[in-house]
Amino acid sequence: MAEVIMPKMGDAMEEGTLIKWLKAVGDEVAEGDALAEIETDKITLEMEAQESGFLTNIFADEGAVVPIGEVVATIGAQDEIGKGEKPAAAAAQVEAVVESGEPAAEADEEAAVVAGETPAAEAEAVERNEKFRASPLVKRLAEDAGLDLGLVSGSGPDGRIVKKDIQPYLDGSKALPTAKGEASAPVADAAPTRAAAPTYAVTGTKVDMPKIKRVTGDRMSESKGFIPHYYVSASIDMSAALDFRKIINAQLESAGIKVSVNDLIIKAAALSLVEHPNVNRSFVGGELYQQDSIDVNIAIAMDGGLIAPFIPAADQKSLGTISKMAKDLGKRAREGGLSMEEYQGGTFTISNLGMFDVDEFIAVINPPQVAILAVGSVAEVPVVRDGKIKVGHQMTITLSADHRALDGAEVASFLQSVRKYLENPMLLAVG
Amino acid sequence: MPVMTYRDALRSAMAEEMERDESIVLLGEDIGLYGGTHLVTNGLIDQFGPKRVIDTPIAEGGFTGAAIGMAMAGLKPIVEMMTWNFSFLAADQIIQTAAKLHYFSGGQVNVPLVVRGPNGGGVQLSAQHTHSLEGFYGHFPGLKVVSPATPADVKGMMLEAIRNPNPVIFLEAGALYGTKGEVPEGDEVVPFGKARVAREGTDVTLIAYGRQVPLLLKVADKLAEQDISAEVIDLRSIRPLDTETFVESVKKTNRAVVVQEQWRYFSVASEVCAVLQHEAFDYLDAPVERVSGAEVPAPYARNLEIAGFPTIDHVISAARRVLYLEK
Repeated sequence: MAEVIMPKMGDAMEEGTLIKWLKAVGDEVAEGDALAEIETDKITLEMEAQESGFLTNIFADEGAVVPIGEVVATIGAQDEIGKGEKPAAAAAQVEAVVESGEPAAEADEEAAVVAGETPAAEAEAVERNEKFRASPLVKRLAEDAGLDLGLVSGSGPDGRIVKKDIQPYLDGSKALPTAKGEASAPVADAAPTRAAAPTYAVTGTKVDMPKIKRVTGDRMSESKGFIPHYYVSASIDMSAALDFRKIINAQLESAGIKVSVNDLIIKAAALSLVEHPNVNRSFVGGELYQQDSIDVNIAIAMDGGLIAPFIPAADQKSLGTISKMAKDLGKRAREGGLSMEEYQGGTFTISNLGMFDVDEFIAVINPPQVAILAVGSVAEVPVVRDGKIKVGHQMTITLSADHRALDGAEVASFLQSVRKYLENPMLLAVG
Repeated sequence: MPVMTYRDALRSAMAEEMERDESIVLLGEDIGLYGGTHLVTNGLIDQFGPKRVIDTPIAEGGFTGAAIGMAMAGLKPIVEMMTWNFSFLAADQIIQTAAKLHYFSGGQVNVPLVVRGPNGGGVQLSAQHTHSLEGFYGHFPGLKVVSPATPADVKGMMLEAIRNPNPVIFLEAGALYGTKGEVPEGDEVVPFGKARVAREGTDVTLIAYGRQVPLLLKVADKLAEQDISAEVIDLRSIRPLDTETFVESVKKTNRAVVVQEQWRYFSVASEVCAVLQHEAFDYLDAPVERVSGAEVPAPYARNLEIAGFPTIDHVISAARRVLYLEK
């Protein structure tokens, strides 16, 4: 039998959520058929069969968070349906995550403590059953009443939910139980390997957090909590860059191209990375990896949260191309039209809050990258040139770096390079 | 309201209508001098004479064919099958001719024929005399098929059958000839295609026709002792089938048991189940149950015959299953 594994759909993907099985055990499948919907950090997509045959086993329940490479199903011959066992080690791992804060017997001590702190919150909670059976009547009544049948236990044959099972909830004589996942922390946070978040007395109304916000939050906590960040700032005189931008935009107006300050910064950073490949690295599993391609991510604020699509090989693209690509990515990001390949990956990130009139700020590293550049506004300030006070256009940039990968001098040298390009912008035109 | 037997109500419908309409004639074996094997036509030959109450030879195909000819020519013949089992000999005439002439003639020819007689079993007449033919005749377009269960209905539906311009298969519940009930006086026609709520209830709908209707009323009494409120639907008419009445009932109760004496497969109950899953799908809390005759030629021995037909206990058990009270 061939194993169907949770695929790795991008550099940053470590686990996927199995949203929904589109095939059932016993179904005939052809290579390329969609088997299931899976969700990565930022996108929902279909997992395709790599073989033809029959779906012989399903090992991951809907809703399960499965590490990449984990076997979730098998495809084989018709007479193999239901035969075969899930690899034992993998099974324990997945269950631990799916159990949502309730540790398996073998789970480590830390997890036991986590669960021990929250039993009161889960007293009314039940495990949500995605694969419930219900009579047609019950399905209709539940839909009308907005009742989640996954939380109701059925008394009919094979656990079928029948009218009498939901009647107490419909007439209000009994309160609907809550799902365990909702009563406790989100699934991902409850994985036994994570430390317990401290608990506080809570007032106020609970606010819905979009999935992307939770994911970003998790990754940022992990990044800031674990990576030894440090920060180096530089103030750059942007007068020449602004003049340069004015000239090229005037000449490119008919071509419909309008280069932004950020486009100049992307290009300057990309060219600086060519000179300083040590900043264009990834730190994964305690090892440092050199990235060959310079793929520059740009952080974009969407309604629900942050996303950072990247411009691949930005060092080899003209300012005009960078400008067009950045504009397109920004537009599609806000419309939710990015494809996964456009934001999963990248080797260096730029976060620019210049349009909000901020002086300067520092950013949190986007792992597994080793540095992120935070860009403030261009401000008119008095500058001293040749002993005289003049009006200058100053912009402060701050690089957050991973001290495991980069030392202060390396970062300072990189910033010098960025300064060189921005203060001598003709280099951007020929670079 | 006068109380009379099913048999007398049936006879009075024919007699009253024969008084009103001289084109009505009766044909059948031993229906005149002998008064009919089941005494349904008893005395009618004295009232209307041998030209309107005609004793025929033992030749169902022949006298049914003759009746079809009479109907085509403007008479309104009522043919008695001594039992419906003998109609197999006349099936070619009924199905191939009576049911189709109106269509064949482009609507120019009507066949206002009534074929009537006792249907089903329960009176120890063994395999060849115990068929329930509602599913069989109900299959053919061009026929009206009815199965009244009460004295009032058998009278009202016979009036409708005689006046209906189509060939009517009038399936009497032979085992109920002696049962009594109130029958409205006068010209109270019961139209075809309109089912009857024989008893109102809220928990489960029991559906039947003919001989099983009184059975279901007894079942409903028993279920009431268990605090189960059963609604009983009497279909009355098989073709046309009034689906609205039982669908509405099941929308209310969410559960149904369909009961019939005939065999399960390709039967009236099969059709009712099909309609329910289509029209009341979102209202069903349990799969619809069928209670039918045993899949064997009807036995003669009394104990086996009783065991081979739906009993009160069979239906109670099915009702409890759709209520998830037993498996």
